Amino acid sequence: MNTDETPWMIRFDKVVKRYGDNTVLRELDFHVRPGERVTLIGPSGSGKTTILRLLMTLEKVSGGLIEVDGECLTHIRRGDKRVPADEKHIRPIRRKIGMVFQQFNLFPNMNVLRNITEAPVRALGRPRAEAEAKARELLDMVGLADKALEHPSRLSGGQQQRVAIARALAMEPEILLLDEVTSALDPELVTGVQDLLRDIASSSDLTILCVTHEMGFARDISHRVLMFDQGQIVEDGPPEKIFSDPAEQRTRDFLQAVIQT
Amino acid sequence: MDWSWDRAWEIAPELFTRGLAVTLQATLGGAVLAFTLGLALALLLRSRRPWVRLPVRGFVEVVRSTPLLAQLFILYYVFPSTFGITMSALTTGIVGLGVHYATYTAEVYRSGIDGVPRGQWEAAVALNLPRFRTWTGVILPQAIRRVLPALGNYLIGIFKESPQLALITVVDVLGLARILAAEDFRYLEPLTLAGLFFLVIAIPSSILVRRLERRLEHG
Repeated sequence: MNTDETPWMIRFDKVVKRYGDNTVLRELDFHVRPGERVTLIGPSGSGKTTILRLLMTLEKVSGGLIEVDGECLTHIRRGDKRVPADEKHIRPIRRKIGMVFQQFNLFPNMNVLRNITEAPVRALGRPRAEAEAKARELLDMVGLADKALEHPSRLSGGQQQRVAIARALAMEPEILLLDEVTSALDPELVTGVQDLLRDIASSSDLTILCVTHEMGFARDISHRVLMFDQGQIVEDGPPEKIFSDPAEQRTRDFLQAVIQT
Repeated sequence: MDWSWDRAWEIAPELFTRGLAVTLQATLGGAVLAFTLGLALALLLRSRRPWVRLPVRGFVEVVRSTPLLAQLFILYYVFPSTFGITMSALTTGIVGLGVHYATYTAEVYRSGIDGVPRGQWEAAVALNLPRFRTWTGVILPQAIRRVLPALGNYLIGIFKESPQLALITVVDVLGLARILAAEDFRYLEPLTLAGLFFLVIAIPSSILVRRLERRLEHG
């Protein structure tokens, strides 16, 4: 199906991830096209978050390799051999990837505006005035135009997560990783953040990889859903199919369990 | 022997100008060195390269396991003859206090750095922040904020230990008090004034540090 004209945005090739004796990912293969929005579902410990963390280079692969936009993220060629990539090789590739965390991880020593401008100024070398103008646009988009000079600790969880989303987008990534971004929020704040992400998804051509336990959100946002269990993909299909008529027993069991809670 | 106000008034000006100047120089100089060198040691102790980390660890252990006074004697009496390094008594004292306390503040910084949540490092990686900027813009500001009260306590500690410099001929408030006492063998007034001086500085400082601690906890 894939041709040279449409290269993969993300390619996992036999990726293995082990923590000691515990194998989290077993020779995992999967591909994501540019602009595709993929949700990873499955029981906890099935390796979904690990996939995002590997892409963000927060973890290193134990085997196999990962390509992003046609470039190898995990390895470099040295002569005939492939050796683990160093920071210098990783940086320009990582620039294309942004991530929003479950715990927001805003910098508490900076105000909201500074949280958003810090990386564009320091990592991309943008002039501060330009970065601030862009940050204010993003704050407006996430509905927090009046909070630019607030300290993050004075914001609600939902507001903090909106800032974190704006902060990730300020780097103009091509790929956005969403790691259980509403799990740490009070229930009444979940919808607002989900609505925002839906708007962002539908109005941009971002490639999105999303780990979530909110099946309604997964159904709305994604083109494709991957069901994981024990470090492997059990089922891969469009949300309508996976959520209404799953082929695999393990998917059915998982969805049953999620709906009951 | 009865307290003599006349004698107290007579010696107070000299005690609190010349003596005070020396005590403050030793304390502040020692503290500045302890706080900066301590941070450098803390960072070196985190190095992934064993040939950096291990010698630094050894140095820290040796300095911590020997008396400050022994270090002062070595700096003052051994360094000039053996290494050809000669410093004035006060400079020697500042270096001694600074290096000695740096090995303690290094531990303080280490705990502060370890206390910064992992998510902060991860956010910095996700934003592609350069490593140096991650340290200076994200990690150290948070780590140092956490340890300000502990550093404050070491500042008070350095202040109280500074009279040890008398043994390498530095004449601070306490040293001057002894000299003044020797003039007429009246020890009561000069030593009382010197003791009061340390109390008057140390007690409000401790209160300030405790306030700072509470403010940081709630902020």
